[in-house]
Amino acid sequence: MRLQLSPELEAFREEMRTFFTTQVPQEIRDTVAAHRHVSKEQYVKTQRVLNAAGLAVPHWPVEWGGKDWTPLQRHIWREEMQLANVPEPLAFNTSMIGPVIATFGNQEQKERFLPKTANLDIWWCQGFSEPDAGSDLASLRTTAVRDGNDWVVNGQKTWTTLGQHADWIFCLVRTDPTAEKKQRGISLLVFPMDSPGVTLRPIELLDGGFEVNEVFFEDVRVPADDLIGEENRGWDYAKFLLGNERVGIARVGTTKRMLAQAKEHAREITVGGRPLSEDPRMAARIAELENELVALELTALRVVANSADGKPHPASSVLKLRGSELQQAATELFVDIAGPLSLASFAGEGSDVPEWARVATPHFLNYRKVSIYGGSNEVQRTIIAGSILGL
Amino acid sequence: MNFDYDSEQNDLREAVRGLLARSYSDSEQRRSVVAADPGFDEKTWSRLAEMGLLGLPFTEEDGGMGAGPVEVAIVAEEIGRVLAPEPFIETVVLAGGLVAAVGTAEQKGEILGGIAEGTTIAVFAHAEPGTRWTPTAEGVTATRSGDGWTLTGVKEPVPSGARADVLVVSAVVDGGTGLFLVQGDASGLNRTGYRTHDGTRAANVRFEGTPAVTLGAGGDQTAAIERALAEARIAYGHEAIGAMDTALRTTAAYLKTRKQFGVTLNKFQALTFRAADMYVSLELARSTALWASMVQEAGGDVVQAADRARLQVSRAGRHIGKEAIQLHGGIGVTAEYSVGHYTSRLTAIDHLLGDGDWAADRLAANVASYETVDPLGAPYA
Ligand SMILES: Cc1cc2nc3c(=O)[nH]c(=O)nc-3n(C[C@H](O)[C@H](O)[C@H](O)COP(=O)(O)OP(=O)(O)OC[C@H]3O[C@@H](n4cnc5c(N)ncnc54)[C@H](O)[C@@H]3O)c2cc1C
Repeated sequence: MRLQLSPELEAFREEMRTFFTTQVPQEIRDTVAAHRHVSKEQYVKTQRVLNAAGLAVPHWPVEWGGKDWTPLQRHIWREEMQLANVPEPLAFNTSMIGPVIATFGNQEQKERFLPKTANLDIWWCQGFSEPDAGSDLASLRTTAVRDGNDWVVNGQKTWTTLGQHADWIFCLVRTDPTAEKKQRGISLLVFPMDSPGVTLRPIELLDGGFEVNEVFFEDVRVPADDLIGEENRGWDYAKFLLGNERVGIARVGTTKRMLAQAKEHAREITVGGRPLSEDPRMAARIAELENELVALELTALRVVANSADGKPHPASSVLKLRGSELQQAATELFVDIAGPLSLASFAGEGSDVPEWARVATPHFLNYRKVSIYGGSNEVQRTIIAGSILGL
Repeated sequence: MNFDYDSEQNDLREAVRGLLARSYSDSEQRRSVVAADPGFDEKTWSRLAEMGLLGLPFTEEDGGMGAGPVEVAIVAEEIGRVLAPEPFIETVVLAGGLVAAVGTAEQKGEILGGIAEGTTIAVFAHAEPGTRWTPTAEGVTATRSGDGWTLTGVKEPVPSGARADVLVVSAVVDGGTGLFLVQGDASGLNRTGYRTHDGTRAANVRFEGTPAVTLGAGGDQTAAIERALAEARIAYGHEAIGAMDTALRTTAAYLKTRKQFGVTLNKFQALTFRAADMYVSLELARSTALWASMVQEAGGDVVQAADRARLQVSRAGRHIGKEAIQLHGGIGVTAEYSVGHYTSRLTAIDHLLGDGDWAADRLAANVASYETVDPLGAPYA
């Protein structure tokens, strides 16, 4: 056991911090800091800046732009990125389909997709969930039927995040409806979002934003070459992909940054003649959240320092569960610091309420999502109870 | 001691429920109403007036029905049940309550009469960007000008502040907080309205030497404001109870119909127990809210009772609002489905006139002064 980072890692951390705070445009980092919606252009711009410096996909194989870093280096990279309010490289590209293609795709697919995926020349979206297949993803019903050299896709996906920006979709489809186990008859297909027969309907969320969509498929023809890996092995790839999704999901850096902002805002609000930050109840609440976050960060570090053999540390399952709860607690803290000002949610020009207070409640409402997606917190508890405790 | 409604109160509840069902029987109707200014349905407002509900707590002399806090609570709960966006509490309970408490006979006749008829929307412009749930004003000041007064400063956020025909405004005067009336078409009055996250409207209201008259005799009105805010807190508590009730029912119904893993979600005890906990929160909050209305009716310490209700309702509202979304999964965070709007409104109610921590702090300041709490004794009954 040793507390300090080695001098090499300290230097590495400094290098990351300097890069993120000097090379990613301030205007983009301000957007993230203010909890405004990050535009497509801002995501693309950021990822290209990172990719040019080899910092978009460090966890990929070296051959495809990866860095051969230790898990601890990757952790530092991600944490510093979050602390600097840098929009993270698009997860659908870098944590999901990229690693799947790099691991299970054929050489032609790797060459065709990986460089463009790393550089966000292709924007991917994730077509997994369906109206009747949420937590029970394996019950998905979108079908692909072989016709000559094509697959013909019919069905519907939903909750497709930022599908409106997407060039391509990676999609779980049922290719063998007769398979004994429903997990067995699923394949992973990729196809352009402008293929004939694909239509998209935006879904408005509680904060008034449009970040998810329904996607409908009617006789969409997909060349057989665009099936990733082996036919009917899609479920294995999905599990591999969702395992990657859980990495970094604790979002410690993001929550840490939010708590720092919250303290700043609490200093701006006066209650009974003193700053809200000095109110004992508010101070104690912030202290508790910070302590929970310390515990989470240390657990994340313990997990990364221990997962060198490639197998996830069992404690990694607490990261999503507690990480999402702390993100939500931080958004709620903003609302409570804003207090009555939080009512001015959609005020524009001519309002005397500061912007952070206006966006506080929409952000809080929107963040109810983080304990639902990526495997809901109930699913996380099921994993802890079942796989870890053997219950 | 009796928590039951009498038959007239039951009739009132049915009538209000029926009236609101005409406008808000499904959540799509509400969505289209709140999408357009003024954020509520003027026709429903007129119907509320025709039924006498907009004059419910005012004396008959002032054009009202002379009903009590329990009747107001019944209406508020029905409003919460369907998230009706009409500014009933803002206009009738809060602004109307202030006029009824301190206005001159003439002001009462005119303003309360107009509210009761549905022709006057009055709101209390009180919150300021620099204050936090205080009964006093700090940023808006009143200056004598000839026979009358002028106001200067900013109020925000003011619920329904852009639509209001009359504003009851709190302002600093002679070191205290006075109450003033400002007409919607007054000179030097600048209002910028906007939508709020819960679909209602609020406004930035800027006074630049705006002519005003004192409400009632003038002077410091902090105590009257404190009391009116307490009564509004109790009413919002009932609105929240109605909203929580629907959120819980909607969630329970969803668990019985949504299927995953080949079964309906109510087969997972991990979920049904959480619904059961929501029920526990709801019923404890309901008891406290009903009690606070009875304290008000009995003439007990309404300010302290309101704080107790506020604390309980705040905690319950957060619990139920969050769980209602979580137990729905993804559909819970959409604007197209109803349940998330209940969470949104509960969050708004929680921050309008003081949240749970705020109420707990006020109660905490007092715990050393008594031994036990007797909800049926002094200072409540
Ligand atoms: C904002 C947002 C973005 C998303 N983005 C994407 C995307 O880009 N691509 C994609 O494919 N999907 C996406 N999703 C979908 C997400 O993965 C699903 O919402 C999630 O899997 C839950 O499914 P569901 O919404 O159908 O809820 P359900 O599965 O119906 O669950 C409802 C409730 O029941 C609980 N529950 C379900 N089964 C059990 C059980 N066995 N035991 C105990 N509790 C249980 C759940 O935890 C939840 O509380 C997104 C969702 C959201 C909200």
